[in-house]
Amino acid sequence: MKLTLKIWRQKTHKDKGAFVSYTVDHVDPEMSMLECLDVLNETLTERGEEPVAFEHDCREGICGSCGFMINGVAHGPERATTVCQLTMRHFNDGQELVLEPWRAKAFPAIKDLVVDRRSFDRIIESGGYISVSTGQAPDGNTILVGKETADQAMDAAACIGCGACVAACPNAAAALFTGAKIAHLSILPQGKPERDRRALHMVAQMNAELFGNCTNIGECTGVCPKEIPLEVIATMNRDYLRASWKKREDLEATIPPATEWSANRT
Amino acid sequence: MTLDAKIPSGPIELAWDKARFDMKLVNPANKRKHSLIVVGSGLAGGAAAASLGELGYNVKCFCFQDSPRRAHSIAAQGGINAAKNYPNDGESIYRLFYDTVKGGDFRAREANVYRLAQISVHIIDQCVAQGVPFAREYGGTLTNRSFGGAQVSRTFYARGQTGQQLLLGAYQALERQVRAGTVTMIPRTEMLDLIVIDGQARGIVARNLVTGELSVHIADAVILATGGYGNVYYLSTNAKGSNVTASWRAYKRGALFANPCFTQIHPTCIPVSGDYQSKLTLMSESLRNDGRIWVPKMKGDQRSPDQIPEDERDYYLERRYPSFGNLVPRDVASRNAKAVCDEGRGVGKSGLGVYLDFFDAIARVGEKTIRERYGNLFDMYQRITDEDPYKVPMRIYPAIHYTMGGLWVDYQLQSTIPGLFVLGEANFSDHGANRLGASALMQGLSDGYFVIPYTVGNYLATNKFKKVDASHSEVQSVVAAVQQTTDKLLSIRGKRTVDSFHRELGKIVWDYCGMARTAQGLETAIGKIRALREEFWQNVTVPGSGDDLNQSLEKAGRVADFFELAELMCIDARERNESCGGHFREEYQTPDGEAQRDDERYSYVAAWGYRGPGNTPELTKEPLEFNYVHPSQRSYK
Repeated sequence: MKLTLKIWRQKTHKDKGAFVSYTVDHVDPEMSMLECLDVLNETLTERGEEPVAFEHDCREGICGSCGFMINGVAHGPERATTVCQLTMRHFNDGQELVLEPWRAKAFPAIKDLVVDRRSFDRIIESGGYISVSTGQAPDGNTILVGKETADQAMDAAACIGCGACVAACPNAAAALFTGAKIAHLSILPQGKPERDRRALHMVAQMNAELFGNCTNIGECTGVCPKEIPLEVIATMNRDYLRASWKKREDLEATIPPATEWSANRT
Repeated sequence: MTLDAKIPSGPIELAWDKARFDMKLVNPANKRKHSLIVVGSGLAGGAAAASLGELGYNVKCFCFQDSPRRAHSIAAQGGINAAKNYPNDGESIYRLFYDTVKGGDFRAREANVYRLAQISVHIIDQCVAQGVPFAREYGGTLTNRSFGGAQVSRTFYARGQTGQQLLLGAYQALERQVRAGTVTMIPRTEMLDLIVIDGQARGIVARNLVTGELSVHIADAVILATGGYGNVYYLSTNAKGSNVTASWRAYKRGALFANPCFTQIHPTCIPVSGDYQSKLTLMSESLRNDGRIWVPKMKGDQRSPDQIPEDERDYYLERRYPSFGNLVPRDVASRNAKAVCDEGRGVGKSGLGVYLDFFDAIARVGEKTIRERYGNLFDMYQRITDEDPYKVPMRIYPAIHYTMGGLWVDYQLQSTIPGLFVLGEANFSDHGANRLGASALMQGLSDGYFVIPYTVGNYLATNKFKKVDASHSEVQSVVAAVQQTTDKLLSIRGKRTVDSFHRELGKIVWDYCGMARTAQGLETAIGKIRALREEFWQNVTVPGSGDDLNQSLEKAGRVADFFELAELMCIDARERNESCGGHFREEYQTPDGEAQRDDERYSYVAAWGYRGPGNTPELTKEPLEFNYVHPSQRSYK
């Protein structure tokens, strides 16, 4: 089949971007969306033009690298599917697909369909862990975790950090992402001791980044390739509220968002 | 050159204790004065950077991805082995050790494997404490399953996403150290060369992939945890970005590369569907616990699987290996799949596929249980193939998955360059000629959490470090060499894309140095690789510039290294006149088609040293001694 791809091209974050339309002939229905872009990129490269930059790595839907909007929907029309696993059989011959990057202030543009998602790392850095150094752990079976609890934690832990939730949210909120980590860790007994601090720190960091606020719209869970449930946001809110009632004076300052790329920083 | 593996003397059970006691320690107050570089942020690198940060070292960790959480360890599905013996089914440290040495077809170093088995039990504890949501019984205890090639249930798992959960555990531990200020994380930055001064590894030259800027990083030791080189085949289950560049540059700076021809073909991947195919998707081998593998008895049988009656099906693994059946090790399962397809009994459009059938399992335990065990894998299969594996048998075919070869390291995980340590899949040490399922995660975490924190300390405590900065002449010459290669790739402006070269290279290596190899084929391959490499350096085109994000340039540098590695793999495979594990030389097989080792002549690690462009690499042998597990022909019948 033949498709028109209308793709956002932008050389660097300083340049102004624009849509450019390309026609791709001989699209095989078995191809993935990314393979379709590979085919386009081979043609562009042979013509001496710069190929379309897009992020990807495992191409198995688990690393969370890939993702862009297809006709206004994060990761495209298939539920629970990243663009690397989205096959072209879901589109029709002659269709036009508009591909654009995640758009959010907290995800500054890098090039074409590639954006900077370090704000997610900073949210984890602010408290998305259990403080246990290597060597301190007791035998695994001394911490009993009921099957239902483990399953519930796993549901939240399945987040791949792709950023679709932010891209789909009209407020560009990171509540589903942050809530998923808070829920994963606070459901488990191992995560209980730091439950309050974690919620306070992570929410503070989320607010310090350029994400918007959650207004319970639910677009995030609708596009989430791992179908992270909306309840994790409720868990986050509950943990945050609970923690806020208790006085805390030893909270750490939030991490200043970095926007530059240089390996020479220390 | 002679290789000293530094294996501690005395009984193997006490070797690691002895080694740890013999190590010199770094005073806690002095740890922060030592700077360390960790390249790679997967299970090995992430765990190492986190653990070294916790000890108080001053660590810089690099990854080429946008975040350390993307490392390819994340894609591991099935599970992680540990000698916990929770199921009370006869597991022990010794059995895990024994199985790993045997499964590796007696080409691994016993002492390293024993240590791995010992440490395995601590890994699970550590990961549980971090909040890794392992599968649980209703009573709250950890669940185990048996996994490819094992007759005990020693595999721990988190649905079909074990690698993801373990990696997130390591990533979170790493981010905790970033917050604590002990680790500086430097993402989107690729190591392009190693700095060696006065014989010691003292730093790296790296390129920022967003700005193109080259930077110099000096440290007291460099730790590579950069994964395997399966992408030399172009089509593999590796992530698209996985590459050999860091290891290869270390090789060219003097580190020996061991057993490059030991590559693993995974039996259960989704078959290739067309020329555009960019990678292969693995279906966890845990599926073999419940799925039955078969092909039609008749050649060229075009009937749909439900139309083929039971007595016209050949469950060839169950037939040939009654005691292990569908759970034979990966190399055996892969070779048998190739054999039945070569006979013309393969299934699917291409004829390169076999069925993995869950009909009996669903009838036995019900669809709900199967969905609980493998739901996400079945969904993934359906997304890709548009077929429902609950109703129609899956079609699978072997694909390159893991590379057992890698940089040579001693018992301390130190390469032949002092101060250069190599962890995880990037080293060669623990899996011999074939890796057992669920052992890669175990090794990566063992090296990162529990081995390197000790051994790097010993190195730091017993060596002196001259002050070096970026103005040092050796540093300047490495930077200049890196710049020159980048400029060269951008200036060729030929007619062929990087991917077209990579595809062609991959096809050569797959055809001649894949599941079956011959001396003559390898000779042919070497000629073809050289010719193609020459064309690459004259006719590749890399559009764009070197001062912004340029994915073609990144790929070009990696493919250039794959060309050189491919040749070394073929040289190594040609030199090893025997079959063992994943290395199957057609000339050396038993009458019934099993791999025939030659312990008399080839019971050694082949470690290759670089001798300059165009020169044949130098082979150094590390003889292998088996004092505990006596070499025998592996039998899974």
